[in-house]
Parts: sequence; structure tokens; C-alpha cells
Amino acid sequence: MTSGAPGPRRRRASRHAASPPRSRVVVGVLGEILMTLGALVLLFAVWQLWWTDVVAGRAQAAEVSRVEQHFQDDPAIVTPTSGPSRGTSVRASEPEPTIAGDVFALIRIPRFGAGDVHPVVDGTSLADLRQGVGHYASTALPGQVGNMALAGHRTTWAKPFSRIDELRPGDAVVIETATAYVVYRVRSSEIVAPTDWAVVAPVPDQPGEKPTQAWLTLTSCHPRYSARQRYVVHALLDHVYPRAQGLPAGLLTTVPS
Amino acid sequence: MYAALWRLLPGPTWARALVCVALLAVVVVVCFTWVFPALAPVMPFNDVSVTGSGP
Repeated sequence: MTSGAPGPRRRRASRHAASPPRSRVVVGVLGEILMTLGALVLLFAVWQLWWTDVVAGRAQAAEVSRVEQHFQDDPAIVTPTSGPSRGTSVRASEPEPTIAGDVFALIRIPRFGAGDVHPVVDGTSLADLRQGVGHYASTALPGQVGNMALAGHRTTWAKPFSRIDELRPGDAVVIETATAYVVYRVRSSEIVAPTDWAVVAPVPDQPGEKPTQAWLTLTSCHPRYSARQRYVVHALLDHVYPRAQGLPAGLLTTVPS
Repeated sequence: MYAALWRLLPGPTWARALVCVALLAVVVVVCFTWVFPALAPVMPFNDVSVTGSGP
């Protein structure tokens, strides 16, 4: 009894005596704040590199099946889900496809896998690029003479152009519209400065020149995880297959070695 | 800071730990839903398009 009673009292007293000086408390709190900030930075990396892929991958897959369904139900009608023309149906004028709503086409790159498909949206803002591959405003439409320019993420947000550096001359890039499969073949790749606007000119790298051919240009960031440069791939129109005819067997599954 | 939070929380150790995990989950959800999406546009590695005055 006598030996047990002073125990807690002594412990309490020693805790009070060990109470650190004010300066050490300040340093301790500062250390905790810095560690918290470090943890938040790591959390941001997790969100940016993993979570955006999860969310955008799911959303883009849903959008792809929605658009495919519309293309099948009525080849000439695409009903936009968002944008100013929400809820209205736009009949694509033949033979040139019309942009209807945010998503107006699908892009398939067999080199990235037989099942590789992403929505093509109108515009290249960060918000547009979360929905899929972005179509540079006022560049050519699928199959049109000129240069159809598309931007896509190399990392994050479902990274549609993750493996853009693997594209080789001859590789197919298929743009599926309401009316047709427009097949381009890769011609060349280049790495340019972010300000090199000429790569999306109507004739790539020759601004001011009048186009006579239908080009497709893909842009993404380079090196990966950086925005210091741009990786650019130019492709030239190979063939337009009407939707009714369909793509030739094996076009999506065979890749030139 | 965290020691003070721990002392402020009521209940036994397991209850305090549960509240801490819940608070952490709230922080992660708030960051993922509002904070990080708002920060992303100002990050230097999300640009994939070329810009310029044009021809």
C-alpha cells in the first residue's frame, strides 16, 4: 500500500518536470507541419499518377461504349451529353462528318493493343483532355484535306498517348466517326518545343502552305512526366472505309514489326 | 500537434485510432475531390498541346 501510492504521484510529477521548453514545442509543431506537407505532396503524386487514370479510364470507357452504341443505332446521329447543344441530335452531313457535342469520334491505335480506343473530344483544354484525346480547334476534321491535329496525355488521365514514342512509319491510326473508319498511316515522328505551332499547320511544319493531302498529327508531352518538349507524330490518310463496309479483317490486330 | 489531437480525443485507444483513421479518410477524399483537381492546371507537367500565334 505504501509502496503503490507514491507511484502515480511521482509519475505525474516527472511528466510535469519533463514538459519541454516552449522553443522545443514550436520546433516540434513546425516539424509536424513539414511532415504533413510532405505527406500531402506524396498524396498528390498518388492522385495524379494513379487515381486520375482510374477515374478517367472508367469515364472514357463508358463514353466509348455510349458513342459506339449511337454510331450503331443511327450511323448519322450523335447525341451530345454535354456542351451548348445538350440533348439535341445533330445529323452528320455526308460525306464530311460534323462535330456534334464534345465527343465526335473514336481513336484506335492498333500498335497500343487491339482493344485500344479513346474518345476524341472537341478542344484541347485540360478539361477536354480529361474526357479523351483533344481535337485542336479549327484544324481539319477526319478525312478532310488539311491537318487533323489531336493532343493526348502521355501520363495521367487514362494516358491515351502513353506509348506514342513506339509508333513507327506504316502504323495505322484509325479514327472512327459516325459515318466511316478513317485510316491514317504514320509517316514520321519528331520532338519539338512546346511553342512550335507549325507541327499542326495544314501542311505539317510548312505554315502558310496550301494543303493538298489529309494529314493527322498527334501531340503529347515529352519526355514522359515532363512538359519541356512535345512528342509529335505525323500520319497521312491511307483509306476511308464507310461504316457499312467496316474495317478490313485484321487491321486492328496486326501491327507491322 | 498530433499529440494534442490524440489527447483531445475521447475514449479508449481503439476508439481514438478509429477517429484518426476516419479523419485521415476525410482529408484524402477532400484532397482527391476538390484540392488536387484545382491544383492540377497549374502543375507544369500536364501540357500536351503545342501553342503559338499560328501562321
